Amino acid sequence: MRMAEKKHLDIKGEVCPYTFVKTKLALEGLSSGDVLEVVTDHKQAVTNVTRSCEAEGHDILSKEQLNENDWKLTIRKK
Amino acid sequence: MADFTEEQIRRYSRHIILPELGGKGQKKISDAKVLCVGVGGLGSPNALYLSAAGVGTLGLIDMDRVDVSNLQRQIIHSTPDQEKLKVQSAKEKINALNPDVEVVTYTEKLSSKNVKEIVAKYDLVVDGCDNFATRYLVNDACFFAKKPNVYGSVFRFEGRATVFDPRSEASPCYRCLHPYPPPPGEVPTCHEAGVIGVLPGVIGVIQATEALKLIVGIGRLLVGRLLLYDALDMTFREVKVPKDPGCPLCSKHPKIKGLIDYEQFCSGV
Repeated sequence: MRMAEKKHLDIKGEVCPYTFVKTKLALEGLSSGDVLEVVTDHKQAVTNVTRSCEAEGHDILSKEQLNENDWKLTIRKK
Repeated sequence: MADFTEEQIRRYSRHIILPELGGKGQKKISDAKVLCVGVGGLGSPNALYLSAAGVGTLGLIDMDRVDVSNLQRQIIHSTPDQEKLKVQSAKEKINALNPDVEVVTYTEKLSSKNVKEIVAKYDLVVDGCDNFATRYLVNDACFFAKKPNVYGSVFRFEGRATVFDPRSEASPCYRCLHPYPPPPGEVPTCHEAGVIGVLPGVIGVIQATEALKLIVGIGRLLVGRLLLYDALDMTFREVKVPKDPGCPLCSKHPKIKGLIDYEQFCSGV
């Protein structure tokens, strides 16, 4: 059985909808059960990427504010 | 993600967002090779939308030059394009719209001599021709090559579209619908027919939609269903087109075993 991978994606500077587009493309490159950490400085993306990922069946494991500007979303691929 | 450039991510973002497409679906579109037969009324929206969608290779075959009478409906061509070869005019527009698309142009008349070789280079064919000789030739060539054929036609205020997919045993072909071409005198000529300019836009876009669905492998195709559009009544109707067990081409006991060059005469049907 393969170990779940963990990938990191920095999309700081990106705005909607590219925050989700890039997250989605990164998730497509992973296998089911793998985890993607997404760092964004676009506040709306925290809500929007979460909603869009959940709509496609992925699990949001955590949402974390890293500092004044940055958030980290941890997503497990369905 | 490495497969797309930053520009492509932006260009195709509204496709990639769609759950049914995603990056994988867009990659299929980028890898697809589509042949547009005719770059006129139907071919214009087909070529434009398939190019905008990012179809990797688009073949255009048309021997005609742009005439002012085309411009009422053939929206890929413009007033300064008059006298240009239609495939050249279309290629210029496509290159400007989306440099990702490789455009291959053919100006020879499609015939039994060249159709097999041309069709073999493509994954599917979108038939936007305006005459029976070409329509039967395209149907038969696609059947023999087992390539999907997205059919459309326009006449006055009425349009039709369907998909013939010879990869499926159950799919009819154009000859299941009309086994043989009508004699030249029995159909209205282009001079008698006329067409409302927006009509090929509607039908061409339906063809382009079916082509994209075929490429991505999503949705329910118009296979075995003929969509009839009446612009005056603004209605869509659908009639079943079953495979004809006596079809001269695609039945178990075909009468037609090779390509036929019918006499060319113009008709909108």
